[in-house]
Amino acid sequence: MNYQDIELLRFTTAGSVDDGKSTLIGRLLYDSKSIFQDQLDAVEQSSKSKGFDYVDLSLLTDGLKSEREQGITIDVAYRYFATPKRKFIIADTPGHIQYTRNMVTGASTANLAIILIDARKGMLEQTHRHAFIASLLRIPHAIVCVNKMDLVNYSEEVYDGIVANFKAFSSKLGINDIQFIPISALNGDNVVNRSENMDWYQGSTLMYHLETVHISSDHNLIDCRFPIQSVIRPHTLENQDYRGFAGRIDGGVFKPGDKVKSLPSGFVSTIKTIELNGEQISEAFAPMSVTMTLEDEIDNSRGDMIVRENNVPEIGQDLEVLVTWMSTKPIQARTKVVVKHTTNESIGMVKELKYKIDINTLHRIENIDKVEMNDIARMSIRTAKPMFYDAYKKNRQTGSLIIIDEQTNETIGAGMII
Amino acid sequence: MSNYVINHLKELESEAIFVIREIAAQFENPVLLFSGGKDSILLTHLAKKAFYPAKIPFPLIHIDTGHNFPETIEFRDNLVEKLGVKLIVGSVQEAIDKGRAKEETGADASRNSLQIVSLLDTLEEYKVDAAMGGARRDEEKARAKERFFSHRDEFGQWDPKNQRPELWNLFNGRKNYGEHFRVFPISNWTEMDVWEYIKLENIDLPSLYFSHQRDCVVRDGVILANSEFIKLKEGEKVENMTIRYRTCGDMPITGAVESEADNLDKIIEEIATTRTTERGGRADDKRAETAMEDRKKQGYF
Ligand SMILES: Nc1nc2c(ncn2[C@@H]2O[C@H](COP(=O)(O)OP(=O)(O)O)[C@@H](O)[C@H]2O)c(=O)[nH]1
Ligand SMILES: [Mg+2]
Repeated sequence: MNYQDIELLRFTTAGSVDDGKSTLIGRLLYDSKSIFQDQLDAVEQSSKSKGFDYVDLSLLTDGLKSEREQGITIDVAYRYFATPKRKFIIADTPGHIQYTRNMVTGASTANLAIILIDARKGMLEQTHRHAFIASLLRIPHAIVCVNKMDLVNYSEEVYDGIVANFKAFSSKLGINDIQFIPISALNGDNVVNRSENMDWYQGSTLMYHLETVHISSDHNLIDCRFPIQSVIRPHTLENQDYRGFAGRIDGGVFKPGDKVKSLPSGFVSTIKTIELNGEQISEAFAPMSVTMTLEDEIDNSRGDMIVRENNVPEIGQDLEVLVTWMSTKPIQARTKVVVKHTTNESIGMVKELKYKIDINTLHRIENIDKVEMNDIARMSIRTAKPMFYDAYKKNRQTGSLIIIDEQTNETIGAGMII
Repeated sequence: MSNYVINHLKELESEAIFVIREIAAQFENPVLLFSGGKDSILLTHLAKKAFYPAKIPFPLIHIDTGHNFPETIEFRDNLVEKLGVKLIVGSVQEAIDKGRAKEETGADASRNSLQIVSLLDTLEEYKVDAAMGGARRDEEKARAKERFFSHRDEFGQWDPKNQRPELWNLFNGRKNYGEHFRVFPISNWTEMDVWEYIKLENIDLPSLYFSHQRDCVVRDGVILANSEFIKLKEGEKVENMTIRYRTCGDMPITGAVESEADNLDKIIEEIATTRTTERGGRADDKRAETAMEDRKKQGYF
C-alpha cells in the first residue's frame, strides 16, 4: 500500500475525568510507533521525577503549563498519528461538566467518537452526556471502550453488564454504528494488540476498527451544494474574461456539463470547468476545494450557493436551531446576534427560546428565560437576509451555523438546524 | 470502496486551501509570514493553487534576523519573482539599531526572541489584520491547542484560555479595532504529510534540506553550522560533516542531522525511521520545557 493513498479519519475521545483518555491516546501513539525518542525521554523523565513506577503515557498529551499545573486537560488538543492504512487526527477533549462546549467543538469535525467507560464505575451520568453529544452532532460512528478491564479481573460479566446498560440508553439516540471493545489502556489490551487476558472477547482490537471502519459514505453525495467563498478574476491579458468561483464542495457530485442554479439569483447555467491550479477535475465532491467556471456570465459573489436546478436547499430567514451555548454570558430572547452559515453571514435575532435539553435524562425543560454556557437549547432565529440551508441531519456543513456576539465578536453559540 | 473518496493529502490540501481563501475573503490586509522554511514554502504553494489563475492576492512578509542562511534568502527572492507577489522584509538588525530590541550576549545568544519585536512592528506598520503562518500542531505541545484562526489582542499576545471555539468549517475572523489574527492553514499536517506532499507536487526546496557537506560545531549534542554568527566555546572544534536540515531557522540555533539523504525519497524514508522530533534540534525550544508556550504568549508565531 502506498502511503500517499491512505484516507484520513478524524475522531474524538469522550470520557469522564480519569477514565483514561490521555492514557489511551498515549497508548495508541506509543504502540503505533508515533512517539519520537525525545518525547518519550521527556515523559520517562517526568514520570520518574513524580515517583511513578511506570511510564505515565498520559503525560504525552497533557500539554499546556497551566493544565499540567492543575493536572487536567482544559481545552481541545489535536494529536496526529498514522499507520500504513490510515492517517488519524484525534480531537482530545476533556470530560468535565463545564466543558460540554469543548466536546461539541471536537465532535463537529469527527467521523468517529471513542466513548470511554471505567469498568469499575460503569455507566455514569457523564456517559449519557457523551453519547448524547455524539448523536446530536451526528458523528457517523462510535466505539465504546470499556477501560481498566485489568482492575476488574478482565471479567466478561462486568463487560456484558456495561454493554447492556449502554445499549438500553443508546437505542433512544439513533447512533447508527456502535462497536464495543473491552480494553486496558494502561497495559495495552485490545488497543493495538489483542489481549491475552480476555479470550472470551471475539471482536477486533480498537486499532483494527479505526483502520477499517467504512468512512467513504460519511459525506452527502446526493444533494449538490457549493457555497462560493470568493470570485477569482485574474485581470491579466490572457485571462481577461476569466471568472472562477472558488469554494469547497459541501455535498453531492458536480461535473462539467451539469445544469446548475445560482442562489439567491435563481439564474440557471451550465458548468464549464471544474479546476484547481489549472488542472481539470472531472467529478468534484465533498470535501474538495475547487474553482468552478460557468458557461454564462453570472454575477455571483461570496455567500451565494451553486446547486442543481432540481435539488435546491431550504431558502429562508426563519431558522429552527438546536444550539450549544458556548459563552459565559447567557442569552435571552430578542437578542441581536451575527449568524455565520457556510460562507454566508447575516445579522440575526434570537427570537424565541423554546426549551433546553437535560443532557443526562434527555428530557425537555420548557418555559426558559435564558440559555447558559454548556446548555443545549432549541431556539428560533430570524436572519436579516435569506439563508440557503439543509437540516443538519441531511448535511453537517449546510446544516450548521455559529452565533457570534455582535459587540465582542466572540463565537457564543454552535447551532444545528432542525 | 466507492470512488468518491480523496486521499489524506488531497483532504489536507483542500482544507488548507479553504482556510487560505477564507483569510483572503474575511480580512482587509492579510499577509503570509514567509520564514524560508519548508512549511512556509508549502503554504506559498497552496496559496498559489487557491487563487490560480490569479496571483496570490496578499504579500509575503519575511522577518530577516540577519542570521539567515544565504540559501534561504536566495530561494526567497527567486520564489517571489516567479510568483509575481509582493515581498515585505522586516529587519531585526534595524530594530536593534533603532533601539527597539536588545541583542542577547554570550555564546548561546540568539535573535529568536528579537524576531517578536520586528514581527509586531512590521505587522503594525502595514496594518496587517491577519498573518498566516506555516505552523503545524504536531510540532510542539503548545501548538497542539492552537486554532486555525488564532485570535491575538492588541499587543499580539496569545491567551490559550481565551480562544474562540472552532466548529465545522466555520471560521470566525471578526475582530475589534487593533486586534488581529494569526492563521494556520496547515495546522493538521504532520512532518510526514509535508514531505509526502512536496514529493507529490514536486515543490522546489532550498538545497539546505538535502544532504550536503558543511563545517559544523557540535554543541550540547546539537549540530550547528559554523558561521560568523557563532562564537566557539572552549574545547569546541570545527568538523566537516555530511548533514541536512529538517527545519530552517536561524543559522546559529538550527540543528542539523547527519544524513546521506540527498533526494525526497530518501528523506521520506529517513523520517519514517527517525526517532526524534524535528524541533528536537532547535536550541530555542530547549531553554525551558515550556519555551514555546511562553514565546507564543508574547506574540511569537
Ligand atoms: N489500571 C489501569 N489504570 C488506568 C488505565 N487507563 C488509565 N489508567 C489510570 O487512570 C488514571 C487517569 O488516566 P488519564 O489517562 O489521565 O485519564 P483522563 O482524565 O481520562 O485523561 C491514571 O492514573 C492512569 O494511569 C487502565 O486501563 N488500567
Ligand atoms: Mg487527560
